[in-house]
Amino acid sequence: MGKATDKELIVNGRRLDGREPYHMREIKMSVDEISSANGSAKVSFGKTTAYASVHGPRSLFPKFLQESDTGILRCRYNMAPFSVDDRKSPGPDRRSVEISKVIRRAFEPVLFLEDYPKSTVDSFIEIVEADGSTRVTGINALSMALASAGIPMKDLVAACSVGKISDTLIVDLNGVEDNNSESDVGVAMMPQKDIVTLLQMDGILTKEELVMLLNLARESCKKIYQIQKQTLMEKYRGAE
Amino acid sequence: MKAREVVLPGDMLDERKGRKLGNGVYEEDGKVFSKLLGIPRISENELAVIPMYGTYLPKMGDRVVAVIESVEISGWFVDINSAYTAFLPVSEGVEEFVDMQRSDLTRFFDVGDIIYCRLSRVTKQKTVQASMRDFESRKLRNGIIIKVTPTRVPRIIGKEGSMISMIKASTKCDIIVGQNGVIWIRGDTKDKAIEAIITIEKESHTMGLTEKIEKMLGEVNGQGD
Repeated sequence: MGKATDKELIVNGRRLDGREPYHMREIKMSVDEISSANGSAKVSFGKTTAYASVHGPRSLFPKFLQESDTGILRCRYNMAPFSVDDRKSPGPDRRSVEISKVIRRAFEPVLFLEDYPKSTVDSFIEIVEADGSTRVTGINALSMALASAGIPMKDLVAACSVGKISDTLIVDLNGVEDNNSESDVGVAMMPQKDIVTLLQMDGILTKEELVMLLNLARESCKKIYQIQKQTLMEKYRGAE
Repeated sequence: MKAREVVLPGDMLDERKGRKLGNGVYEEDGKVFSKLLGIPRISENELAVIPMYGTYLPKMGDRVVAVIESVEISGWFVDINSAYTAFLPVSEGVEEFVDMQRSDLTRFFDVGDIIYCRLSRVTKQKTVQASMRDFESRKLRNGIIIKVTPTRVPRIIGKEGSMISMIKASTKCDIIVGQNGVIWIRGDTKDKAIEAIITIEKESHTMGLTEKIEKMLGEVNGQGD
């Protein structure tokens, strides 16, 4: 996926879209976007937009999937055919199956599924516009959707991507940067507990660089958490 | 209008200090955190969070409006608007003696019938048993059902039933509100009652709702006369 570029990605300490290395793109969040779902959210990081919806806890069939002592979480990450420049062939592929799985694993330690034995929480992440960092955008959206669906959770989950381009460490990679980076790292964490729930790395980094990137990711996740919190609070605080 | 305090999952409520843990909270190292998006209730002997959203989780003793889903040999499975289905055995559903070898249970309740019943037993694995062995439980004939968010049910009922009796009195409808968020309504002016209930559901977090609904229903009555 994606194209290589010959352009210099960082010029005079500025990235192609004019950001400084540690700056995130413009973040937009909203909840309750899908009325048929129990909870839903929409999150955009610049040109990347993800919708997440949560249905359930609801009864789980076929019956052999049921766990008598706990509920299960099912996750589907999907990119719309029109989300990228070249049409993506619709339906699940190897990449989206893997991402669905890591997203599920990122949320399983956060949810109190044991409160809902024999049932399932079905969650769907739909990427309608992709410009890098889609999985972390999806995670941010799903976290808010789960909270607004009233699913018991230890904490919200905030996620962001960090990486390295021409020996510069950067935060929140966009599409071009994603395709041409020396390394990129996706991080999801519980911001109030300081526990990492997803950590993926691609490319080559030194140990010191990875530690620095993780610290950067942590700071960014906390910033993202503040926006998530504000969005949920505003929606539900009440008073007109 | 004063805004109410809202907590998010993971927000710390207080130190536990030997207090009881109510609904929607969990403990870690002596500190109590919220599990849910909701309104905190912190008192001298209990810590809890009232959820703002969520599906219905069956609780023992709840009175629910349910729909018969299937008819079995010895009872009925009923849909209680939850992830779990309740079972209503013949002995709990019918007062008279029934010879199960011979009679067809559709004589009493058939698929699609609406009943008002009590959840007599809920196990840890969420096997739910329903019962109609008390005088309030009955089959609900005619009428329609609507579904609301179960967490809004207390608001629809109001303090000691003030809100629901006001709607009943001014619309002259028969209304039964189940704890599971299913509401049964029968009457000629049921549209007005539905409108009122949906308004309460949408604006349940605001203050001064009773006055608003009273005004809304008052206008209805004014036009009717």
